[in-house]
Amino acid sequence: MPAVSKGDGMRGLAVFISDIRNCKSKEAEIKRINKELANIRSKFKGDKALDGYSKKKYVCKLLFIFLLGHDIDFGHMEAVNLLSSNRYTEKQIGYLFISVLVNSNSELIRLINNAIKNDLASRNPTFMGLALHCIANVGSREMAEAFAGEIPKILVAGDTMDSVKQSAALCLLRLYRTSPDLVPMGDWTSRVVHLLNDQHLGVVTAATSLITTLAQKNPEEFKTSVSLAVSRLSRIVTSASTDLQDYTYYFVPAPWLSVKLLRLLQCYPPPEDPAVRGRLTECLETILNKAQEPPKSKKVQHSNAKNAVLFEAISLIIHHDSEPNLLVRACNQLGQFLQHRETNLRYLALESMCTLASSEFSHEAVKTHIETVINALKTERDVSVRQRAVDLLYAMCDRSNAQQIVAEMLSYLETADYSIREEIVLKVAILAEKYAVDYTWYVDTILNLIRIAGDYVSEEVWYRVIQIVINRDDVQGYAAKTVFEALQAPACHENLVKVGGYILGEFGNLIAGDPRSSPLIQFNLLHSKFHLCSVPTRALLLSTYIKFVNLFPEVKTTIQDVLRSDSQLKNADVELQQRAVEYLRLSTVASTDILATVLEEMPPFPERESSILAKLKKKKGPNTVTDLEEAKRERSADVNGGPEPAPASAASTPSPSADLLGLGAAPPAPSGPPPSSGGLLVDVFSDSPSAVAPLAPGSEDNFARFVCKNNGVLFENQLLQIGLKSEFRQNLGRMFIFYGNKTSTQFLNFTPTLICSDDLQTNLSLQTKPVDPTVDGGAQVQQIVNIECVCDFTEAPVLNIQFRYGGTFQNVSVKLPITLNKFFQPTEMASQDFFQRWKQLSSPQQEVQNIFKAKHPMDTEITKAKIIGFGSALLEDVDPNPANFVGAGIIHTKTTQIGCLLRLEPNLQAQMYRLTLRTSKETVSQRLCELLSEQF
Amino acid sequence: MIKAILIFNNHGKPRLSKFYQPYSEDTQQQIIRETFHLVSKRDENVCNFLEGGLLIGGSDNKLIYRHYATLYFVFCVDSSESELGILDLIQVFVETLDKCFENVCELDLIFHVDKVHNILAEMVMGGMVLETNMNEIVTQIDAQNKLEKSEAGLAGAPARAVSAVKSMNLPEIPRNINIGDISIKVPNLPSFK
Repeated sequence: MPAVSKGDGMRGLAVFISDIRNCKSKEAEIKRINKELANIRSKFKGDKALDGYSKKKYVCKLLFIFLLGHDIDFGHMEAVNLLSSNRYTEKQIGYLFISVLVNSNSELIRLINNAIKNDLASRNPTFMGLALHCIANVGSREMAEAFAGEIPKILVAGDTMDSVKQSAALCLLRLYRTSPDLVPMGDWTSRVVHLLNDQHLGVVTAATSLITTLAQKNPEEFKTSVSLAVSRLSRIVTSASTDLQDYTYYFVPAPWLSVKLLRLLQCYPPPEDPAVRGRLTECLETILNKAQEPPKSKKVQHSNAKNAVLFEAISLIIHHDSEPNLLVRACNQLGQFLQHRETNLRYLALESMCTLASSEFSHEAVKTHIETVINALKTERDVSVRQRAVDLLYAMCDRSNAQQIVAEMLSYLETADYSIREEIVLKVAILAEKYAVDYTWYVDTILNLIRIAGDYVSEEVWYRVIQIVINRDDVQGYAAKTVFEALQAPACHENLVKVGGYILGEFGNLIAGDPRSSPLIQFNLLHSKFHLCSVPTRALLLSTYIKFVNLFPEVKTTIQDVLRSDSQLKNADVELQQRAVEYLRLSTVASTDILATVLEEMPPFPERESSILAKLKKKKGPNTVTDLEEAKRERSADVNGGPEPAPASAASTPSPSADLLGLGAAPPAPSGPPPSSGGLLVDVFSDSPSAVAPLAPGSEDNFARFVCKNNGVLFENQLLQIGLKSEFRQNLGRMFIFYGNKTSTQFLNFTPTLICSDDLQTNLSLQTKPVDPTVDGGAQVQQIVNIECVCDFTEAPVLNIQFRYGGTFQNVSVKLPITLNKFFQPTEMASQDFFQRWKQLSSPQQEVQNIFKAKHPMDTEITKAKIIGFGSALLEDVDPNPANFVGAGIIHTKTTQIGCLLRLEPNLQAQMYRLTLRTSKETVSQRLCELLSEQF
Repeated sequence: MIKAILIFNNHGKPRLSKFYQPYSEDTQQQIIRETFHLVSKRDENVCNFLEGGLLIGGSDNKLIYRHYATLYFVFCVDSSESELGILDLIQVFVETLDKCFENVCELDLIFHVDKVHNILAEMVMGGMVLETNMNEIVTQIDAQNKLEKSEAGLAGAPARAVSAVKSMNLPEIPRNINIGDISIKVPNLPSFK
């Protein structure tokens, strides 16, 4: 007998739905819906009390209308009223309406919460279940506030029914997800862990989900779950399938619960207890063995369930990454799946292998499957599988197979789906750079990339090839020759013109000896593309031309003619016009020497993390790529010297089109009145929120780096770079802040503000002038801050920058590294003097000591440099123990001078330091100790 | 975690949508359209997983779907769920629907949206799987129906009597229903002609 008898349906609802389905047009449908809405509205408003059946019918109609995508703006109150009904049917439909239609910030939440509270207290399991469902489905903060304390009690109470326990566990999980701060940890946690032993497998499943999430955030608290989970898993895996009541699914014992338990175990490292560990290994081996057994059913559900457990077991093996034997078996199993006729399994095998490839033990084993994976790339019908194949090739790539993999990816690119082309381009570019043995291969690869998929080659890719060519002498001639040849093609991509223009402008002379690529031919070749290109490319080509004037005096007149032509000098585009005018003038007035100096070859770019990598990370989301990337980077560190872990320059690339020659337009004269320093009017008229942004992420780290140095990059994001240069003498200092606009668009309303707390203001005086409110694309503006230290201080000022970029308002805050130690004056003294003074400063307030773990490798020379950078003198031969460091100096403030002595004792074995500071003032000792402790 | 469960037919008409994360009503509709677009263009016999659309959260999310005759069942999940496990769950869901409705078809989902929601609620709660044992689920649903019947026996009787009388004079219901797009099993609704 079916659980839902068809005759029972609500006739009114059926008629309404049929009407809608018969509507011939969208308009007719809307008309019918509006009619119905009006009807329901009047029924709800009418004074005749509706019976439960009618209410239910109307609510169902509203649900249907909502599903069709129409807004429902009434009926909520009626639904809430249904909640307090004593009838199950009415209550249920009320809850259904609310969980589908009420969003979490509705003002009805209080009423709903009231009804829920009553139902939770009702001790009627059905009503409790409905209430818990509602909390879990809405899951708002208000609900968490109201019930987060209550639900753990229901969950662990001895007399709670199983089905309610199940719901309570998941309900709590939901509340923890939305508002972890509101769920109090307590003695219920240990009882929740013991639910893993519950008789009812449904309860165990729900509890496992809950514990997994809680354990991710509080691993210590739920550590005991590991052994319980292992023993539970072991009982499931080794039991005959009949033991598990109804939880056997197509001959597989409790597959869902096994998967959840294996997930839970992935929150922890391999168990330490050898007995538990042995039992787990046994489980995993049994699961792997079962994969080899003949299937117990031909149904796809059987193999799905079995493999769901198998894949999860493999994930756990990869996560533990400790049993070479299991890892190899896992890899072989995945290898079998790579050739399986089920597409789903091939997909999952490629995905799992991707993580396996980053494991030390199995990287080689994964590599043996390269042919299969390449074949998958070529023959799979399904784009999602092909995409996984690309990911895996990327993950398994190393120096030994890079050429093959890059070649395969390039050839796949010709036919690849448009949706994944950009990602493949980035991957090819990264691999080619990372594993290039010979840079001619690298240049060929990138040029091929541009030829095949020019539209998908982002700026980062072609910037990078230029950086590399400029930094490597050995490849410059080859690069010039290759781009010259590539440019011969009748139709070439604009990105190629950019690369070609830049490279020939720098290194065209290296191939000019060959009559087939004489200067004039080079120039004509580039100029033949000129008119087909966009403005930024043309601007770049103009810069190439002026570089030619320097490289090849013989084409000077030809180039001058071009620059002089009306289409350049009177070009409608300001940038092009300006370049033409300036370059023409430069070529006429400057002597050869000056030309040679001004147009010198570009200096090498500073080594930095590949901007392409940053882009790929951004594209794929930080979590998906980073881990793998980090692991790979560590492995490949020795190969190419590795990309430097350049601290601040996450994604910096100079924009060659804007600033190719370093000739970039000088900062424009201030336009419009400078903002008055009072800023009152500005505030009134600006539509921007003037609230200060919270400190930018990473700001603290950067701050710490400046304690021992005065110059460098303080902050950098996609738009803005902030550099610092500062000098200090006695109690005075001056800081130059450089704001660089990294985009090609103007920043408007650019206002940096220095913010000091009241305390800080009295101790540290800062003076500065406002900067120009517009910062042109690619330009840099400078701000000078004059600093005076009045009295010793602890906090640091905050630099807040607000500006408009495109239509959006930007707000950045960073801590400005003006620290007490900047006002140090080193003092040299002999051993005797030092210890005499040390003893004089022996009162307990004068000494501050800190013992801490080394954060960086303990290198004597670096430590010395840091102490000197910190500002004190480094005194040699003072401490009887030569391994210790001592220093002395005077902090200058306007009011007083404070003598400071410091002693740093490294303990290499324990990787610890003990730092002792003695000064005549307690606050100074304290602050200096804090600052210096962060440095080692 | 399961972020959303969507059921739509071959033409993209939604038959059930359940979101376990707050999205505005507009976004919900857009997600349904986007998901339909992504799923419907795929051949039969390709794999059942693909990366989620941008609206639901991009490539950190997966769409896991099955296509049964006229209906797509799509689960949008994050990376903490097992793909094959979810595939099984879809199967359990459909088998449960089939038991409860006896040869379920698209029309059942249309006319009994509330029941479908109730069945789903017994399996998935707040984005997490509550129960995978089909017998357990069916037992719960049966218990609900009994409650419903007992209540209907008391209060619903008059209303049902009226409705029954009205039905008598109706020219067959199914004729009004546009069944062009249904090819699972059209229920044998009684004909009064």
